[in-house]
Amino acid sequence: MALIKIENVSKSFISAEKQELLVLDAINFQLQEGEIVSLLGKSGSGKSTLLRLIAGLIKPSAGNLYYRDRPIVGPALGIAMVFQSFALLPWLSVLENVEIGLEAMGVERKERRKRALKAIDTIGLDGFESAYPKELSGGMRQRVGFARALVIEPDILLMDEPFSALDILTTDNLRSDLLDLWNSKRTKIKGILCVTHDIEEAILMANRIVIFASDPGTIQDIIEVKLPYPRDPESPAFRELLDQIYMTMTTSERTRVAKAKAQAATSPQAEQTEKHPEYAYRLPVVDISELTGLVEAMEDHEIAGLIDLPELAESLHLDVNNIFPLTEVLDMLRFAKITEGALAFTEAGKKFANADILERKQIFAQHLVQYIPLAQHIRQVLDLSPSHRTHEDTFLNELENYFSEEESERILRTIIDWGRYAEILAYNYDSGELSLENPQ
Amino acid sequence: MTQPRYQTSSSLTTMTPNIWDVVVLIIVLGILAGIAYGTSQMSLPYQVGEPIKISLDPRALPGYALSSVLRMFIAMFFSLLITFSIAPLAAKNKHAEKFLIPFIDIMQTVPVLGMLSITVVGFIHLFPNSILGPECAAIFAIFTSQVWNMILSLYQSLRTLPHELKEVANMYHLSAWQKFWKVEVPYGTQSLIWNTMVAMSAGWFFVVLSEAIEVSKQNITLPGIGSYIDKAITEADLTALGYAIVAMLIIILIYDQLLFRPLLCWAEKFHSEIDEETAMHESWFFDLLAKTRLLKTTSIIFTKFSDWFVNGYKKLIPARPMEIPARVKQTISATTVVCWNALLTASLILTCIALVLLIHEEVTLKEVVHVMFLGLLTSIKVIVLIILASAIWIPIGVWIGLRPKVTLIVQPIIQFLSAFPANIFYPLFVLVILRYNLNQNIWTMPLMILGTQWYILFNVISGTSSIPKDIRWAVKNFGVRGQLWWRKMILPGIFPHYVTGAMAAAGGCWNASIVAEYVEWGNYKIISAGLGQYITQYTLEGDFPRIALGIGVMCIYVLLFNHLIWQKLYSLAEERFTMES
Repeated sequence: MALIKIENVSKSFISAEKQELLVLDAINFQLQEGEIVSLLGKSGSGKSTLLRLIAGLIKPSAGNLYYRDRPIVGPALGIAMVFQSFALLPWLSVLENVEIGLEAMGVERKERRKRALKAIDTIGLDGFESAYPKELSGGMRQRVGFARALVIEPDILLMDEPFSALDILTTDNLRSDLLDLWNSKRTKIKGILCVTHDIEEAILMANRIVIFASDPGTIQDIIEVKLPYPRDPESPAFRELLDQIYMTMTTSERTRVAKAKAQAATSPQAEQTEKHPEYAYRLPVVDISELTGLVEAMEDHEIAGLIDLPELAESLHLDVNNIFPLTEVLDMLRFAKITEGALAFTEAGKKFANADILERKQIFAQHLVQYIPLAQHIRQVLDLSPSHRTHEDTFLNELENYFSEEESERILRTIIDWGRYAEILAYNYDSGELSLENPQ
Repeated sequence: MTQPRYQTSSSLTTMTPNIWDVVVLIIVLGILAGIAYGTSQMSLPYQVGEPIKISLDPRALPGYALSSVLRMFIAMFFSLLITFSIAPLAAKNKHAEKFLIPFIDIMQTVPVLGMLSITVVGFIHLFPNSILGPECAAIFAIFTSQVWNMILSLYQSLRTLPHELKEVANMYHLSAWQKFWKVEVPYGTQSLIWNTMVAMSAGWFFVVLSEAIEVSKQNITLPGIGSYIDKAITEADLTALGYAIVAMLIIILIYDQLLFRPLLCWAEKFHSEIDEETAMHESWFFDLLAKTRLLKTTSIIFTKFSDWFVNGYKKLIPARPMEIPARVKQTISATTVVCWNALLTASLILTCIALVLLIHEEVTLKEVVHVMFLGLLTSIKVIVLIILASAIWIPIGVWIGLRPKVTLIVQPIIQFLSAFPANIFYPLFVLVILRYNLNQNIWTMPLMILGTQWYILFNVISGTSSIPKDIRWAVKNFGVRGQLWWRKMILPGIFPHYVTGAMAAAGGCWNASIVAEYVEWGNYKIISAGLGQYITQYTLEGDFPRIALGIGVMCIYVLLFNHLIWQKLYSLAEERFTMES
């Protein structure tokens, strides 16, 4: 019997413009007894949404979820969750925080205290029982988060990027403690699901890694990890897996970008009338200075015309959430080509990398208008408008047909940022107007 | 120095006026007019035997003070009770919210004295020939001066509860009751205590008025410090007034030191931002208590009690509540919504008719226009006063705010001053005006802002001291001085704080106008033209339709001010001048 069974689950949200936005599409997955599964993907790939569906915190739009063959209709007893931001109640002491789940179950005061103290003991928090969360460091706070989950003796532990708010040393320490606890079988936990955007972390922990592709969130691949614990990140087998996952993830990126490119290549006139215009593309939020920084770093890592992606990411301390948006933009702008697990400069990219500040702006502007449909679209609207100015709300409303309010805002902010850098448009914060003129 | 700022209506910051404001406004006006009309039909002489004699002997003062304090705390108790029941309702039920929030917003603007005059007759009827009637009316008046602000504060906290805390509560199966007391109320505690402190100050202002009720040619006196002050004023006894002022100072000092300071200290643990350092509140009394054995014992009892209170019901009720089929649930809620909307629509239509009839029968349209004009007069006064007070207090506040040591000394004093009921000092102004034969219309104006100007000063100080040191040094480094320094750094820097303070001050001005435009001292009356004077005058005469008219017009003016001026300034401040990000 599978612990968790997910059948054809989809989840969509309704946007401000009353459009359906698909976040997760037709997910099928099972969590078996005795395994740790990592859900790996970029931000926005719906992996956290899936975790919340399993937790019973939100309801699916379609499909069914089962916990031990019983349909999940709300938070189920037996499933506990650890949060990225710890989500401790600041006004309760460590002990009281840990007790909260037992209190809800109606456990007697004395019994409650006994069990909470035991959980605190297990997770290595003794001595901190009476402390308030604000007195603790990030790592200790997350230990409280774990103790709070363990104390209700859950069957399944859900973890939503539990280490991403912690520094590297703390993370290593906490993760190995958790794995020790798991391997020693001292808890009643039968399965762990852990959302992460750190590839190495996924390999360190999981028996299986579920890789998500985004827009909409789908399962792209499931990779089994058979390495024995404790796993050594320096071992060849580990490196091989790392490369394999990078390759899978870049493939997903490539198909996505290719799809967008193909769309742009077909006659734009025909596209406009269709439901999904080409400018409605989820632009990754990327800062120009990060982009130029990456391009400069790429030059140093170039060996025989190729840049190894895992190596680049590691040397720059970039995780999945950072590296893939950057490479995606490079690809979209035709500054680089992504091949399997590696990057290669295009001619224009090379020129961009070696240019001075002003030249760079010119090259960027040229490529921006030529290859990014949204930039093209905004430029066109501004050109056509008699006063050469348009309010941002026009574009926001257009985007909100396809993305959530937040997402649309983010996309427009990004394109405004790029447009300003490229000096192809001006934007007035106070009036919210986009225009062609340069600020006085 | 990140002391919470004094807030007026927290709803202003988030609410944009919509059709609901208009609907609710009309209904509220209708209810007021209805009560007024009803009570005018009752007009009965009030008799409880001999009127209570108030002695001006200072030895009687402690007793009087005690009864006033008691009234205050009874009102506070009911305010808390209502807060804990209304705020969650508004935060969780969107149909209730649509009505309640505009309702509270409007009720906040209804002048308390007007409320008193309208309700007192009803209370007397409720407890005929008993002192309980006026007693209830007085407590009700104090209650109305406190409760709205507190409800809004808790409502705001409930609405802004971080998403992840909600998820924790759901994930770990907290029931609605447990979630409310374990998660939601603690999250709102700090802000609720601050607002309760402000509400207390407002309460004192009206204690002075509500104990000596002069309504519809009746004179009802309740034993209390307010009546003492009233008597001192009628008899023009300056020494007695002095005693009253001293007594008031002592009362405020005591409850500030023994109640609110320790409470603030204790509430620090409810601070929701885990990482943000806050100004530590200090209280000698709290430190003292913390050392006693008594506190330890009480806290153990308290813990046991709160455990029983929050979790005890679990024993009584089976763990799994009966599942109501979704279909049935939907039908029930749909029916309720339809009924609720029908009720609102019906009351809207009825009140519209009632209002038209009332105005048509009792007062002429010409009078309505006249009252509108009086309202304009009072608004001009409010604007002028805010400008004047700003011109005085901004430079002083900036001077203080730039000097941390001075700030530390001055800030508690200002908090203390703002808690002091300013209307006690009105007679002193009257004396000066009479002595030098000054223009009454002009020289009574400062009375309106006497009690609320401190909000401006307080916020300017905290605004100035919260400008990051780096920015100040950077600006100094580039040699920015004089006018440029004011224009480019200080004024924009303190703007968000200043707006909050000015908003509170203006709100207070409106409420004070009722008292400040009609001041007595012995046989002298100082009257200046304005809406407040109009309301007071007809309150004394017991002309209910005109009281209702005056109050209605004042509500409309205050609402217009809030939505057209303050809300705009507030969002400007939020968007452009906030230091973070």
